[in-house]
Amino acid sequence: MKRQQGRSFWQSLVVRIPYAWLLAFFLVPFLIVLKISLSQTAIAQPPYEPVLDLAAGWPGVKAFFAALSLDNYVLIGSDPLYLLSYMKSVEIAAFSTLILLFIGYPIAYAIARMPRRWQAVLVLLVVLPFWTSLLIRIYAWMNILQHDGPLNQVLMALSIVKEPQAWLATDTAIYIGVVYSYLPFMVLPLYATLEKLDESHREAAADLGCPRWKIFWLITLPLSSSGLLAGVLLCFIPIVGEFVIPDLLGGSQSPMIGQTIWTEFFGNKDWPAASAVAVVLVCLLVTPIVIYQNQAMQALERE
Amino acid sequence: MRKVSAFNLFAILIGVVFLYLPIVILVIYSFNASRLVTVWGGWSTHWYTELINDAPLVDSAFISIRLALASATAATILGTLAALALVRFGRFRGRLPFAAMIYAPLVMPEVITGLSLLLLFVAVAVDRGFWTVAIAHTTMAMCFVTVIVQARLVDFDTSLEEAAMDLGASPLRTFLAVTLPLILPAITAGWMLAFALSLDDLVIASFTTGPGATTLPIRIYSEVRLGVKPEMNAVCSIMVGVVGIAVIAASLLAKLSGTRGAAARV
Repeated sequence: MKRQQGRSFWQSLVVRIPYAWLLAFFLVPFLIVLKISLSQTAIAQPPYEPVLDLAAGWPGVKAFFAALSLDNYVLIGSDPLYLLSYMKSVEIAAFSTLILLFIGYPIAYAIARMPRRWQAVLVLLVVLPFWTSLLIRIYAWMNILQHDGPLNQVLMALSIVKEPQAWLATDTAIYIGVVYSYLPFMVLPLYATLEKLDESHREAAADLGCPRWKIFWLITLPLSSSGLLAGVLLCFIPIVGEFVIPDLLGGSQSPMIGQTIWTEFFGNKDWPAASAVAVVLVCLLVTPIVIYQNQAMQALERE
Repeated sequence: MRKVSAFNLFAILIGVVFLYLPIVILVIYSFNASRLVTVWGGWSTHWYTELINDAPLVDSAFISIRLALASATAATILGTLAALALVRFGRFRGRLPFAAMIYAPLVMPEVITGLSLLLLFVAVAVDRGFWTVAIAHTTMAMCFVTVIVQARLVDFDTSLEEAAMDLGASPLRTFLAVTLPLILPAITAGWMLAFALSLDDLVIASFTTGPGATTLPIRIYSEVRLGVKPEMNAVCSIMVGVVGIAVIAASLLAKLSGTRGAAARV
């Protein structure tokens, strides 16, 4: 009897501590963002109003709700700056995810077909750059892409171009940076499913005279679809909100949405507008995030 | 059957070159004697000695290390508890929102995590600084720890725990003597990942930091956003070296202790 009680005590503690932490530092902050997105900027500390004043009692609460408004959302809908920013983010995320798929799939496939003892080493090789700072990896590309950097020197030495090209501050640079940074996120989930793939289906198809491209198209690709979906989501969702890569490699004329939030907040000190842009971004990402969660939970239950 | 095809080797080779060439170039440039970053002036360790005299930079490095130690430890404890809750305690009330809150931060854009935590800190009127960044990093990293530890717990033989309980061990004792040693490789890998994430983070720290808590990435960012600098090449090379040695050492250790590729399971 005593043991039973002890167990439920520990059990409840194990659940409650992380639960409380996530409620306090993930969910509640989110609700605050939602609330501030309905507020107006003010020259005050904090720089928005209304501020909920519980000391004023019920009239205070009523005044608080009366002062909330959708103005910031109207602003986002009417100012093309925000719309272009969202569209650019989705466009960059979609195309770079596609490029990642085309580069990442052959690599994951090749690793999965290597002899067993090589696979662990190769996976480590793919993961290793991910452990170094994103900032450093992007900075490394600033070195390479700058006006008289190695890329232009090599291209001119090979006489592919006559004079140095401007690589930095272009969308090309953003694509290079994004593909480079997110490659492990695409390769790893693909490798994880390809590695578990049952060899006998492929052998059966080959024995029956199926050409290799058709084996790939009809068997390998469909069987790896769960890893494919995981890789695509794991890349697409964070790329949409990326800040460091477009800020250091991209130009300033058409910012991605992460940069817009950053500028609204740090540059314009417009906290309500930054919050509203963030809320719309989350709404935009809710569908892929829900798909990702289902995917992640299913993957764990299968194991 | 497992014959290595030329195409596969080629794909891997291209991939590895693409992943490593930029870092190699960065390290080579950090030994460039010339102040002009792109003009090669011979080998030199000049920029490394320069760093030691850069007091604000050294300060930031120590802040970042302390921050990573604190948040990685907190994230590991919380993340392990969350993994136990998800795997062991089955269908408790509110499991679904709990799981949602574990997985969502994994893909949540950092700008939003940073913004929302800052607004929380402002709303409760705490002074921002070291501890607010530590809380933010803990929240971000604990979910990664949970996923790693959870994967280990799922393929875990529960009969070992049952045996211990049948022999009269208390749940706490069972956990400490049986469960913990078995999931320790995953916990270690989780701690390392949390440490690396904290050391790496620019965006969340920029939002949640305050006076006196300028982390190394914030310092580097403010230096490099206007262009390439030789001193920064040296700083970045040191960080790459430290992380590279740590990860390789950890995966060798994991291999030696018979727990294959714990660090690579991320």
